[in-house]
Amino acid sequence: MTKSELILRLAEKNPHLYQRDVERIVSTIFEEISAALARGDRVELRGFGAFSVKTRDARTGRNPRTGETVHVAEKSVPFFKVGKDLRVRLNDEHQQG
Amino acid sequence: MAGTTVTRAQLSESVYQEVGLSRNESAELVENVLNEIADTLTRGETVKISSFGSFSVRQKGERTGRNPKTGEEVPIKPRRVLVFRASNVLKSRINGGEDSAFADKGAPPSP
Repeated sequence: MTKSELILRLAEKNPHLYQRDVERIVSTIFEEISAALARGDRVELRGFGAFSVKTRDARTGRNPRTGETVHVAEKSVPFFKVGKDLRVRLNDEHQQG
Repeated sequence: MAGTTVTRAQLSESVYQEVGLSRNESAELVENVLNEIADTLTRGETVKISSFGSFSVRQKGERTGRNPKTGEEVPIKPRRVLVFRASNVLKSRINGGEDSAFADKGAPPSP
């Protein structure tokens, strides 16, 4: 499912809303999460999961093609930990595996 | 460090201010969005949100684990786990914008 398919499904289930509004709702949610992570904040959505930012230390890397060593600066990476309810659902509602 | 936690309340508040629905309905829609994503993932389908990232479900095989406290061997059953991969747009934004991907600077500026 892509973002536009998500918008379509939500629009179908909420016929009283303009699709334009559904689009803005979805965009606002992901924009808020992204902005929070860019500030270094955590986003915790109980039952669904939590987004956070982890720091990766600076290290000396190597260009795999030339073998040349390069300095890789410290960087931050986004991280998502699935919430308990969703983790349980993923395994309970799919017992044919 | 920043250390603030954003929750559903702030997301609903932003939707409320951005879209002009009632506060109740804004909260409900935030919930609807999360549920729609969760339902899709539960069916085993991948969810791709452009310029944010993708959520996918990975099947893990059975393996033997060990209770770290007692050293006892315990079987870990096959299970499904959720994997989130952030988009390059989000990654570079977290590191301070488009240009910083190649800039070799120290810690990001603090607010």
